[in-house]
Amino acid sequence: MRTENQKAWFFVLPVLALVAFNALVPMMTVVNYSVQETFGNNQFFWEGLGWFEQILRSDRFQAALGRQFLFTFLILLIEVPLGIIVALSMPRKGFWVPVCLVLMALPMLIPWNVVGSMWNIFTLPKIGLLGYFLNDVLGINYDMTQQPLSAWITVIVMDVWHWTSLVVLLCYAGLVSIPDAYYQAAKIDGASPWSVFRYIQLPKMKTVLTIAVLLRFMDSFNIYTEPFVLTGGGPGNSTTLLSIDLVKIALGQFDLGPAAAMSLIYFAITLLVSWVFYTLMTKDDAQ
Amino acid sequence: MAQIKLSNLRHSYLPTPKGPEDYALKEIDVTWRDGGAYALLGPSGCGKSTLLNIISGLLTPSEGQILFDDQEVTALPPDQRNIAQVFQFPVIYDTMTVGENLAFPLKNRGVDAATIKRRVDEIAEMLDVTDMLNTRASGLSPDNKQKISMGRGLVRDDVNAVMFDEPLTVIDPHLKWKLRSKLKELHQRVKATMIYVTHDQTEALTFADEVVVMQEGEVVQIGTPVELFERPQHTFVGHFIGSPGMNVLPCEAKGDRALFEGHEVMLEGPTRGDGGRTDLGIRPEYVGFGDTGIPAHVTKVSDIGRHFVVSAVVGNTALKAVTEHSVPEPGSQVFLQFKPEQSRVYRDGWIATQERAQ
Repeated sequence: MRTENQKAWFFVLPVLALVAFNALVPMMTVVNYSVQETFGNNQFFWEGLGWFEQILRSDRFQAALGRQFLFTFLILLIEVPLGIIVALSMPRKGFWVPVCLVLMALPMLIPWNVVGSMWNIFTLPKIGLLGYFLNDVLGINYDMTQQPLSAWITVIVMDVWHWTSLVVLLCYAGLVSIPDAYYQAAKIDGASPWSVFRYIQLPKMKTVLTIAVLLRFMDSFNIYTEPFVLTGGGPGNSTTLLSIDLVKIALGQFDLGPAAAMSLIYFAITLLVSWVFYTLMTKDDAQ
Repeated sequence: MAQIKLSNLRHSYLPTPKGPEDYALKEIDVTWRDGGAYALLGPSGCGKSTLLNIISGLLTPSEGQILFDDQEVTALPPDQRNIAQVFQFPVIYDTMTVGENLAFPLKNRGVDAATIKRRVDEIAEMLDVTDMLNTRASGLSPDNKQKISMGRGLVRDDVNAVMFDEPLTVIDPHLKWKLRSKLKELHQRVKATMIYVTHDQTEALTFADEVVVMQEGEVVQIGTPVELFERPQHTFVGHFIGSPGMNVLPCEAKGDRALFEGHEVMLEGPTRGDGGRTDLGIRPEYVGFGDTGIPAHVTKVSDIGRHFVVSAVVGNTALKAVTEHSVPEPGSQVFLQFKPEQSRVYRDGWIATQERAQ
């Protein structure tokens, strides 16, 4: 007979209590709102899954979701390969290592709303340095306050500027942990630079890369502050991502029921995609 | 496969070396015959890994030449020297199967598929890994990983030399034995020139036909295991090889005698040169006990299984003797007898007695 000691559960209790207060309880209030209608005065009317149906069927939600997926897709498509390339080209030892690391870390240290303001001022036509340069020096018609394409490019470039460093630093950590013997062995085995990348560097970066992709997915999928400060979701609705739309519904229109339903759908999608990513990327290790 | 010749090789890691102390390798001049098994033996930091990396081409020496079959290769990169190297820690390509790992060096050199398959099967059979060929290499145990690293070194049949850089460091003791005999067996089958770097005398002496003993960037002695044991050219070799190492006792040299703590000791032959510090070198195995001889006081007796190591003091000098029976009690007085043909004088570390003609 195997005897099991249940005492360990007591050690987990404090954490459970903490998680309950900072996640589960607030979450339950959202669930509460999502199935009811309220007109204030703490009066609630049962709504069932009506809000969920309404949100899922609405063109507005579908459009925002589409924009959100497009945004996250572009972010991952640019930042992951770019991060790997930058990490590969950084020096492994010597004077320039700390210099590179500090330069890389700088964008991440800036508060998010400051990043939004910086890029707003930087890119405004006439006033901003980049806006002025593009319009008046190069003669490119660029105005992120008026043109959806310009706005999209600006939001993407801003995020790449802000967060590629995260991928770089994680990949760099993976790269420096590879012992010299691997490169020496590859040299002796006659491996090409591509083979070195494919069979040594990439496999050794895999764990950190999984984390990088997951973090970049979650952060870019839930992004709010920077595009809100930069474009406010405009021009029109062109850069209204899910979180911006959610805040408009919840705090702008004060439609708490639909907003709660939307939050839960949003959360479920984030969770589902993260799980799919994680499962796919760690699949090989399981065998 | 090739004869390897190192000519006037010197290396310094500093850009402008000033004195001899700046050199990691000082003046190396050796020739290794084609198909031989050699070991580079020395303590950590003696320059043996530097020498190995120079031979494989991972390092370019500051001075001197490396010749493979009289062809100069000093400036060639590793992949053009056609050598193989096995490192201290197993290097395997995690995402590949065992078979793909073994095939990798051949594939990179554009060898045709049929030849690759034949060679991989051959090597796998030699290493007893045939049943693992299709498993992922990342899940293997350290000894199997190291086997695969060795296999990658041996899979090309045209290599000039296979080099081993302390390959058994991470292997469990009971598997070390197996891998070591496997290596010896492989050498007999593939007949490649093999160079084995280690700081473990047992590994060096069991693997190699000839051992190169190094100390502080210098070759101290090159010889067969028996030569190193029987007639060390330097007190360092005497001390480094053998367990316990050779007794090195301060003495005065007088012709074919040495004066040790006031006692006369017969030497193997007459002493050359003069001046410098003189020491009497004798292995514990050749110190015997008798009814007459040099009086000594036994301080400790250790039973190490096959034999006993007796620690004794003569005057102010401590020494060791090895005996299989007639073990004296600690604290007792004994008489030591030194075998004359194994007693030598070393002047400033280097051997200074001549072997008597037999």
